[in-house]
Amino acid sequence: MQETQQVQYNRAGQRVVSPDYLLFEAPREKQFMTGSEVVKEAVKRASVDASVSYPITPQSEAAHLIGELWVEGYVGVYFRGESEFGVMSEVAGCAMAGGRTITTTSGPGTLRAMENFPMWAGSRLPLQLVLMARGVNSPLTIQPDNLEISFLLDTGCMVWHAENAQELFEMILAGFVVAEQPDVHVPVITAIDGFFISHTREAVMLPPDDIALPPYDPYKAPMPPIDMEMAPGRFLRDPYVMKSNYISYASHTSWQFEVRSAIERSRPYAKHYLRGLIEEFGNPEAEVVLIASGTAGAQAKEAAIILSEDEGVPTRVIRLKTIRPFPGEEILQALRNAKYVFVPEFNVIGWLEREVRRVLYGKTDVPIVGSPRVAGGMTMPPEVIVKEVLKTLGKEAKHVI
Amino acid sequence: MASLGPSGYSPYPVAVYEGVLTPPPGKALLFNEIVDEEVAMREAAKAMLTRENPTIFPGPQVLYSWNEEAKEKAKLVRKIAETLGAKIIPMYDYRPKYPKIDPEKEINPNHPNLTIWHNNIKACIFVGVHCHYANVALKIIRAETDCFTIALCGNAGHEDAMITLRDQHTEELEKFIRVAEEVKKELGK
Repeated sequence: MQETQQVQYNRAGQRVVSPDYLLFEAPREKQFMTGSEVVKEAVKRASVDASVSYPITPQSEAAHLIGELWVEGYVGVYFRGESEFGVMSEVAGCAMAGGRTITTTSGPGTLRAMENFPMWAGSRLPLQLVLMARGVNSPLTIQPDNLEISFLLDTGCMVWHAENAQELFEMILAGFVVAEQPDVHVPVITAIDGFFISHTREAVMLPPDDIALPPYDPYKAPMPPIDMEMAPGRFLRDPYVMKSNYISYASHTSWQFEVRSAIERSRPYAKHYLRGLIEEFGNPEAEVVLIASGTAGAQAKEAAIILSEDEGVPTRVIRLKTIRPFPGEEILQALRNAKYVFVPEFNVIGWLEREVRRVLYGKTDVPIVGSPRVAGGMTMPPEVIVKEVLKTLGKEAKHVI
Repeated sequence: MASLGPSGYSPYPVAVYEGVLTPPPGKALLFNEIVDEEVAMREAAKAMLTRENPTIFPGPQVLYSWNEEAKEKAKLVRKIAETLGAKIIPMYDYRPKYPKIDPEKEINPNHPNLTIWHNNIKACIFVGVHCHYANVALKIIRAETDCFTIALCGNAGHEDAMITLRDQHTEELEKFIRVAEEVKKELGK
């Protein structure tokens, strides 16, 4: 007997396929495009219901291109908000209404919208923010710098950090799938280092654009749609409830733990769809280890090659894909025989060094060097990392000037 | 204060902080151990049949007739209560009630401990409660009471319950009734 197969199509007429097929099995074709264009390509294949935008460098082009997708019928609702605060409130409304929702922002826009991020998480909204990080400073800077990621680490959202445009593509698609798991169901922030990724063109491998993710099923949400009678809405409107000894302390405490628990529950899903929470690169026996994320990860890989091949210092890289959940166990296991750890970063405060120190405290006596660190738009050529390693090791540079 | 379970000594125990995650599909969680569904069902039935004042807390997903499955599940929940000799106290919505709920009539996710204290409940089943509110309530119960908690969840389960059964739909609830009847016989009840 002939088998009948039911084929499902989304609103744009794309064939709905499983996330595993879209991410791992579908044939891919090489394209040459910017990170912003890659955002469009990912959203095009994500059966997105809603997107709200507001212009701010360097994410404006990505937001604009999502608007083109709305014109073409791939995105259900698209409009410009009044400000970033407005946008982040409006996307919350879209997600509360049961729509798969995405937005983008950068730098000062992130800060203006800040109050909304813990609200998203506490309301268990599985929406996605593509964060194209830029400097946060006075004098105002529009240069690449990822300081703002540190502000988002404790909002209750998952935070992933892509190394390049290809990984951003995968993360946007995987982000929806992981965030929408009923036992996770918190927002996902897919971050890149602005300009370096958003504005440069690179080769990316893309699946066909006539297939897409299955639509979001809001009936599996861990919360029914909230209103002003139901927590958290009722908490906000009613001071008696807010101040009640019978309600506030226990409920608020448990609620906050629950949001953080949800991030932890994302681990197995993220591990599957991102092919691991970390990437190990280079000679696995090397005693010098560079721990990095985002474009610092790409620079660290170049530095590891120079150190290993030209300077005679075997070096490897542990590149983090997720920052929340933080892959502490994975780092500890990957360190193995490490003698030195360096954490190169594109920000002035060294938020990744802080995170690495926190999880390794009391578990290893390997010295952790929070350097090199550049900020305010400076680039970090691999040679800067090489020099730092050689200086710490007391070695003379053979090839690096 | 909590005295049961792997996180029992923290003022606000959170199982995931000890590495306990929801069980994989097809499996169940018994404290921090991943076990076969039937093993967990047997232990759940045993807890309900041997502890004081066993109570089922049905939530909105089985209290209101949203769809055919909800109606079927509601009937099965009643049958589970009969089999286990358990009381039913509903969590009929999630609204905070000021100044407090009537603990004889309902349980509320914002202060579930009040209902458990008042009725001296030593074993309970959560069923049909939306996952977020079940998780909020289960953490409070572990922190504030010595009640043995069981979650029959239609989705991925609840690691803060002492026994978690996941993907529990009508077929699984029917299986639970069969297992409970067997355990009841074995216990001579």
